Amino acid sequence: MKKTHSSPLLEISSLGKTFEKTPVLSDINLTLESGKIYGLLGKNGAGKSTLLKLINDLLVPTTGNIRFKGHPLGVASKSRIAFLPERTYLDRQTTVLDNLDLFATFYSNFDRKKAYSMLASLDLDPSIKLSTMSKGMQEKLQLVLVMSRHADLYILDEPLGGVDPATRDFVLDLILENFDPSSSILISTHLISDIERILDEIIFLSHGKITLTGSADALRAQYNQSIDKIFRETFKC
Amino acid sequence: MQVTQSQSAALHFNFSSGEPIYLQLAEKLELLIVSGTYLPGDKLPSVRELALEAKINPNTVQKSLSLLESNGLISTERTNGKFVTQDRDLIAARKLALAKKYTTTFLLKMAEIGFHPSEVARFLKTTGDNLKGNSSEENSF
Repeated sequence: MKKTHSSPLLEISSLGKTFEKTPVLSDINLTLESGKIYGLLGKNGAGKSTLLKLINDLLVPTTGNIRFKGHPLGVASKSRIAFLPERTYLDRQTTVLDNLDLFATFYSNFDRKKAYSMLASLDLDPSIKLSTMSKGMQEKLQLVLVMSRHADLYILDEPLGGVDPATRDFVLDLILENFDPSSSILISTHLISDIERILDEIIFLSHGKITLTGSADALRAQYNQSIDKIFRETFKC
Repeated sequence: MQVTQSQSAALHFNFSSGEPIYLQLAEKLELLIVSGTYLPGDKLPSVRELALEAKINPNTVQKSLSLLESNGLISTERTNGKFVTQDRDLIAARKLALAKKYTTTFLLKMAEIGFHPSEVARFLKTTGDNLKGNSSEENSF
């Protein structure tokens, strides 16, 4: 197992996923390194969430495979990949504090101090019930829970989906402030203009295939356009 | 944080442009140096501080700093951080280069809308005088 050390953080080879004969992803090849923020960009229905679920071992690939630090997905990858799914799964009848307890029980790498400091910066009172919180607030809480884990890879599926434009910057700053350069973050979104300032690397996904990858600044220079404009032109209907 | 409010305002960008963000940041930092906001020998904020201040990725900040370092405007002291060069001639030269760049852009734009160089000079003087008038009015409030 000497090779483990030099293995990339995540390596996806010839990955495909078909739902009842409908191909959703095909021939996905992707390598993620440590220390970077990746943007998985694509329109609704491009296959972003399916890809993220596959990386989190929540779906079984139809073809190909995914390796995390050189090993097949499993117990190790589950504890070292922190996933923020698109839909909330928290119980609305619980309080913020209940959820901190839940995460601390489930994940040995959950950092309660980090969670408290993020909650404070969001003005979130730990004693309140989720049912009294707005949808945006609940999403922010979930982001706090995920970002408070010490992990090697953070996967955030549409973290800006339910928050209003004014709050998006706040959420992005929260992600930046808590970005540990020894880890990586993979963020999926279709809100590109909001997010492009924090991205290192771009992955465009369209109709289940990767159509463009590269460093954000290199693409800006190559196309002489913002990533948002490149996206709009590439995916013009 | 070492970045004061007036400096931080200078670190906000136009992300909608096609110009790589690391080049935008490098130019902003260069402006802060040639304008004397950062003095020769001053310590720069850390990569992390700059990233949070400019609201961009730390890797991008690192790239900007590498560029400034290769231009000689800043240097790294191994464990202490990054410092503005003590070479005042170099700073003066960069200032002149920036002035040339802005003036060229300006003259090209003026030529585009049909201003003759002699007219530009006259126009500059009157606009400059007006600016002075306006700013003293503002100061009187």
